[in-house]
Amino acid sequence: MQTVDDRKSQSGWQQVLRSAFNAMLVPFLAIFTAVVVGGVIIALAGGNPWAAYLGLAQGAFGSARAWSETFVWATPYIFAGLAVALAFKGGLFNIGAEGQLAFGAVATAWVGYALPEILGIEIPGILHLPLAIGAGILAGAIWAAIPGALKAYAGGHEVINTIMMNYIALNITSYLLNGPMKDKNPLNVIARTPEIAEGARLPVIFEGLRVHWGFPLALLVALGVWYLLWKTTLGFEIRTVGANPDAAKYAGINFRRVIIVTMALSGLLAGMAGAVEVTGLNYRHELGFSIGYGFDAIAIALLGKTHPLGVVLASILFAGMRNGATRMQFLTQIPVDIISVIQSLILLFVAADAIIRYLYRIKAKEDRLVLTRGWRG
Amino acid sequence: MDWRRFSFIGFIIVFLFTVVVLIGGSRVSPTIIISSMLTTTIAVATPLTLGALSGVFCERAGVVNIGIEGMMLAAAFFGWLAAIYMNTIFKFDPSISLWTGVLVAILTGGLFALLHAWLSITFKVDQIIGGTVINILAVGITGFLNRQMFFGEGSIFGGNVPHAPGLLPSLSKWLTPLCGGPQGCLGLPTLIQGTFLDQKPVAIAAIVLVFVAHYVLFNTRWGLRTRAVGEHPKAADTVGINVYRTRYINVVLGGMLAGLAGAYFTIESVPSFEPLMTNGRGFISLAAMIFGNWTPFGAWAAALVFGASQALQINLQFFRDAIPPNWAFLQHAYIVGLAPYVLTMLILTGIIGKTTPPAADGQPYEK
Repeated sequence: MQTVDDRKSQSGWQQVLRSAFNAMLVPFLAIFTAVVVGGVIIALAGGNPWAAYLGLAQGAFGSARAWSETFVWATPYIFAGLAVALAFKGGLFNIGAEGQLAFGAVATAWVGYALPEILGIEIPGILHLPLAIGAGILAGAIWAAIPGALKAYAGGHEVINTIMMNYIALNITSYLLNGPMKDKNPLNVIARTPEIAEGARLPVIFEGLRVHWGFPLALLVALGVWYLLWKTTLGFEIRTVGANPDAAKYAGINFRRVIIVTMALSGLLAGMAGAVEVTGLNYRHELGFSIGYGFDAIAIALLGKTHPLGVVLASILFAGMRNGATRMQFLTQIPVDIISVIQSLILLFVAADAIIRYLYRIKAKEDRLVLTRGWRG
Repeated sequence: MDWRRFSFIGFIIVFLFTVVVLIGGSRVSPTIIISSMLTTTIAVATPLTLGALSGVFCERAGVVNIGIEGMMLAAAFFGWLAAIYMNTIFKFDPSISLWTGVLVAILTGGLFALLHAWLSITFKVDQIIGGTVINILAVGITGFLNRQMFFGEGSIFGGNVPHAPGLLPSLSKWLTPLCGGPQGCLGLPTLIQGTFLDQKPVAIAAIVLVFVAHYVLFNTRWGLRTRAVGEHPKAADTVGINVYRTRYINVVLGGMLAGLAGAYFTIESVPSFEPLMTNGRGFISLAAMIFGNWTPFGAWAAALVFGASQALQINLQFFRDAIPPNWAFLQHAYIVGLAPYVLTMLILTGIIGKTTPPAADGQPYEK
């Protein structure tokens, strides 16, 4: 047991290291345990876990190209993970990142390909790119603010409402991408938009590698979210409403406004994930591209303990797994879907850290992580 | 369940039916349309009804279960897998294979629910997070096994996806001695015959289970204990009710209901499995449960509304050409397909009266 005096005698950076170690211990052990259990599943399914994990690691971090692809995968994960994490800080569970991302991507793609045609001029890149990304984050923010407002004023629970908004977004984007916004190219049979104009594209960082400026932007935004949450009044209000809504009410915080703003900010980040994927990577929006990001984002936010730095690390890990999985499948014929199993196991062990603490005999030092509050919320 | 809510539900269902009759009435007689709408409504409401009942059992005992979607998906997969194995590997006849599939689906639901119970009751994990874990786990496992067993190189079925050995037969098949005659079943009106006797076993079971659930919850000692544990666990504990055990059993029972709902997808509705095929039904079930104010009959009524809005989509596709030009938006399946989701959100705003969850819903109990 560490006493107060012990802590005082340590220097500042030792304390920081110690608290970082404590914060990362359980997630690390959760990852380790999930990888072991995943290996058992691979073996049961008739594969060789060593070969599989070796292929996975090679594919994820084995070369400059592998790193580049991992960062490409990590970019939307960081934005979407931050979206879910920010909502958690405000006591809200945003399962709708997927729909917000899809809507952001559609809006960005539209500004990217249709606006120059409508205006009849070529928009200079310095204007077009911010416009395109701005449209995406605005669309995401609006899409998330709706369930936020329903929660604040009508008591509709955001868990169900954000899920419903996902299905609504999926239906509407299906309609748009198969109808009015479909790429008119006669060779095209896929539900996708035309390519966006050159001026609306995020450039790549290194010639020949796909990693684009969206990745540094994501890191910058993570820093911004940290600053917002811990250094501004709004951030304080968000965290207060999240920690104790009754106390927030008595303290005179307009909790309805904070709920809506939190959801809008969360949707803004998710919309940015879509916007950056369109402007930096795909140069168009394609149906089905957005599917699965919502749940991945939740897992990332939880693994990162809803802290921006944790989210960045968790995103790079998940991105590495997704990226390396293709090489693993190529080398060992084990389906990439095993990654989803391992990721859900990680989430299981992070959420139920009691299992990990029991397995490795770690004493609980902090209070249990309470993120949501039933239907009454 | 108050009259306002029931009449609201009745109004929506009548409205949805009227739309279809107005559009298709020129092609087909209204009786046939109504009969077909009723049949579809009850059939597609089946997983929603069972899912909502699953939620009612869990939450009446005080455990929030948003993992119903995942339980359904996993049950749909493993039930289907069991039916295929029984039929193609062990060479049982199709009917035995199918019923084994139903049983395995129910057990799968129960097993996933046991995990949820373990997380939320024993480890006191945040219950919404626990449910999300179940959902993600189900997507991962079913996606992995589906690919590993059917599509991979050297996979067990070598790239051929076998179909389940048919589907469960409808009730009228079972009653052939009664229904074989020229008058149909005992000369019952076509409307009733089409609506109820053409339903399949899981759909019938769902309706029966609504009544059973109501009886169990409100007329038995077990039901009283369940509700006590969900409303005020400390008081229940004081009078000697084992809170943990009661919660465990109810959550597992609920999981088995969700498992039966899973069987509907791959054994009763279509003979094949698709990744993510439950498509949000589990979440809509939860909305039905909330709108039904945590009662079996209320949940059933709400499930029927969602069923009717889906029946509308299916029937409008059928009458696509008959849609008048100024209603052209109804031609787009994606637009009509929004109905159940928009309806869910509308209902949750509480415009049709407030709902009250069990008092201890979602809170872990600490002795």
